[in-house]
Amino acid sequence: MASALINVPKKAKRGDIVEIRALTSHIMETGYRRTAAGEVIPRDIITNFTCRYNGREIFRADLFPAIAANPYLSFFTTATESGMFEFEWIGDNGFSQTASAAITVE
Amino acid sequence: MPGKDRSTRRHFLKAAGSAALAGTVSRVTLRPAEATPAMLNSAIRNVVGEAPLRAGKVKLDIPPLVENGNTVPMTVSVTSPMTADDYVKSIHVFNEKNPQPYIGNFYLGPSAGRAQVSTRIRLADSQKVVAIAQMSDGSFWSASVDVVVTLAACTEEL
Repeated sequence: MASALINVPKKAKRGDIVEIRALTSHIMETGYRRTAAGEVIPRDIITNFTCRYNGREIFRADLFPAIAANPYLSFFTTATESGMFEFEWIGDNGFSQTASAAITVE
Repeated sequence: MPGKDRSTRRHFLKAAGSAALAGTVSRVTLRPAEATPAMLNSAIRNVVGEAPLRAGKVKLDIPPLVENGNTVPMTVSVTSPMTADDYVKSIHVFNEKNPQPYIGNFYLGPSAGRAQVSTRIRLADSQKVVAIAQMSDGSFWSASVDVVVTLAACTEEL
């Protein structure tokens, strides 16, 4: 259902600073909206995002209802070695999603 | 209630109380909970503690005039050498008038190379957005931007 879009350069020189962009589809229901009948629509958001580079955490975010639907994050890291970036999203109602991307460092 | 002089005041208070309550309820229906500048300050104090908060080093990029508050691009960048002994630990973003003052907390480390984070946020009203960076030496730096929103993020009924 949900799907993630990751953008990481495939190749980098050792020591390069690379941009990582991650987007996942999610409604990010704030919990502040109401139906026409006046009932509050329960909150359903992604609360945590983590990115690991060869197992080491390089970026983490706590998200709140003020993050737009389909949360997009862009951040940077220094390319040190070839390997994998692992991405993890955790949210309300047991939401959990992972994705990964490979990088070759020369 | 006429005829019962001794309890007029009590009745008046009761009536005033329920009127105030009704007022609150209808206000809530029109615009659910709204953070206040006081909530913004206490949210900031929760992160910063008693440490001094200085302006500078942080750059907060948001369009000053936003057409659609449901998705507002935002970039926070912090001036820092990003070395092992001088780097940005975390970036915190707050707002003044959404239902809650928090927008996001971002944790980075020296390996980030560049202290910059972008995302898309929601703004329920024209308001001030504040970004705070915590450095590895424990100091806090901030920047704020006033944003005008023409179409507010939807907090009203569907």
